[in-house]
Amino acid sequence: MLKQRGAALPDGWSKPMSRIELRNVNKFFGDVVAVRDFNLEIEDKEFLVLLGPSGCGKSTALRLIAGLEEPTSGEIIIGDDVVNDVEAKNRDIAMVFQSYALYPHMTVRRNIEVPLKTRKIPKRERDELIAEAARWLDLEPLLNRRPAELSGGQRQRVALARAIVRRPRAFLMDEPLSNLDAKLRVKTRAELVSMHRELARTFVYVTHDQVEAMTMATRIAVINDGALQQVGPPQSVYERPANTFVAQFIGSPPMNVVRGTLVRDGEAFAIDVPGGRIPLPPSLGPTAAAASRADLLVGVRPEHLSFDGGPVRAQVRVVESLGHERHVICDLSPDEFAIVRLAADEPAPSVGDTVGLTAHPEHIHLFNPETTERVS
Amino acid sequence: MATNVPAPRRRPFRWQRVATEAAQYLALTVAAAVILGPVYITVIYSLQPVEKIFSYPPQLYVTDPQWDSYKRAFETGSLGRYLINSFVVSLAITAGQVTTSVLAAYAFAFLRFPFRNLLFVVFLATLMVPWEVTIIPNYQTISTLGWLDSYQGLIVPFLATAFGTFLLRQAFLTVPRDLRDAAAMDGYGHIGFMLQVAVPLSRAAVGALAVFSFLMAWNQYLWPLLITNEDEHRTVQIGLKALVSANIDEFNLVMAGTVIAAAPILALLVLFQKQLIRGLTSGAIKG
Repeated sequence: MLKQRGAALPDGWSKPMSRIELRNVNKFFGDVVAVRDFNLEIEDKEFLVLLGPSGCGKSTALRLIAGLEEPTSGEIIIGDDVVNDVEAKNRDIAMVFQSYALYPHMTVRRNIEVPLKTRKIPKRERDELIAEAARWLDLEPLLNRRPAELSGGQRQRVALARAIVRRPRAFLMDEPLSNLDAKLRVKTRAELVSMHRELARTFVYVTHDQVEAMTMATRIAVINDGALQQVGPPQSVYERPANTFVAQFIGSPPMNVVRGTLVRDGEAFAIDVPGGRIPLPPSLGPTAAAASRADLLVGVRPEHLSFDGGPVRAQVRVVESLGHERHVICDLSPDEFAIVRLAADEPAPSVGDTVGLTAHPEHIHLFNPETTERVS
Repeated sequence: MATNVPAPRRRPFRWQRVATEAAQYLALTVAAAVILGPVYITVIYSLQPVEKIFSYPPQLYVTDPQWDSYKRAFETGSLGRYLINSFVVSLAITAGQVTTSVLAAYAFAFLRFPFRNLLFVVFLATLMVPWEVTIIPNYQTISTLGWLDSYQGLIVPFLATAFGTFLLRQAFLTVPRDLRDAAAMDGYGHIGFMLQVAVPLSRAAVGALAVFSFLMAWNQYLWPLLITNEDEHRTVQIGLKALVSANIDEFNLVMAGTVIAAAPILALLVLFQKQLIRGLTSGAIKG
């Protein structure tokens, strides 16, 4: 998609700060709460991904920033200005839609030209900007075609060209890769990251795909039921999820979370779970004890469980092979099960085997069963 | 050996398919004859001398076309003036209906305002009121305004149409929300979005409405008859009736006048039939 330019950015890209902030923002549609008490600061030139399941409010949050929805309460700040009353077209931000939202009756050239024309940029300057965007996104041979004559990937490039041609201070993207096939999605993912680096603009990107979030974001904001769950760099969100929702939403297969009871095992602490007892490392025991409750939720990611005759007994129910790895689903009790991830070359037990599982002590997560918040 | 495999459904014999198709074509031919027959006879009669028209058996083809009847229809019936009036009135009504329908439909489709749906229902309810019910109050209004025997009297009562508003609203509702959002981000205001995006994307429906409005206006009889008394503003349908009354014994002349009055409509239907059908059915089915 993007050519290897190597050259400096075109003129006109020096822009004011594009820090975006949502302060105590709520958005209701009648009785339905779409966004609940949102407080989020997006730094200048950051690539922030709003991640969550369908219907969680992430697209509404993006539309609030865009100015396509008005918040029920709270403030939206872009740069140093509260923009609640500023129309979408005057916020100096561009948006790329999931459907690309190209005007079907216009050629590629006219599609790219629209935001320039509405801003009354003179014809000559318009032509130069279109040529530059087309060159940038390799669209020159397609300028006289209509969207119906383009492939999905080409349409997406036109949508990007229409966004960058007016040199906005921030880009908003609403699941822009979800209509592409798997191969093109991987390619475009990398290209969007390099586009972010080269344009040096703030990107706010909405997706339900954790792989996109993990690979592209400088920070991830995980959303559920309209509320922010956790904000942080991808690796830290993965390694230290703030609650069971984040723990199980990020990571594939999801984190194993089972009910357990905190017990004292001599000088140390341990957790009784269905199938056996998991010893807690010295760093975790006192923290768990400080939570002043015995019942806890224990979380362990599938790659942090191993079959080495450990203290938790389980019976192998299914072994799924994905080629590069295998997922072994083990029953801990009639109601609880755990997934173990193995590399393709690791020996796997057979279905029906009784196995002993070990949880890597430094990767055990403890959550409060009432609030589902992290206690460790 | 017994088997439970059901016998495949046999393809109908070739003669069955031929018979079905033949029956279909026959039905279509009969329908076409019923519809086109009067048009054909009108054209034939317009080109024959009067005595041949009433001869027995009737001659259903032309051997020696009498084009003179067209010239005389124009001269004796002042059809030229009436045609111009009809064109002026029909074009003005068409332009007015398309403009007001686009604006009203846009509001009902894209703007948020209190009681929008209720207002739309009230709008649609006017479709249920027969024209005959409003003709007297309309006449009084036009008369009070001093618009009898005037173009504005012929045009203004027809400048808005609930049908057109409904047709275009349905077409506008098929414009995807993302396009509206993209237009808002790109800097289009309501007028820009309406003219540059919504109307071009709904051009089949807009075209159908234009053709439909023109047909309706051209074929009007009662209202122009009611409010025009002088030739200066009479439309072709009234002129045709006058032609019939004055030349009842010259049937070829009457038929020639009829052909002249109907020709623009027939041409319009032939030229825009696809547009008309597509526009009236757009949005009815997905895809």
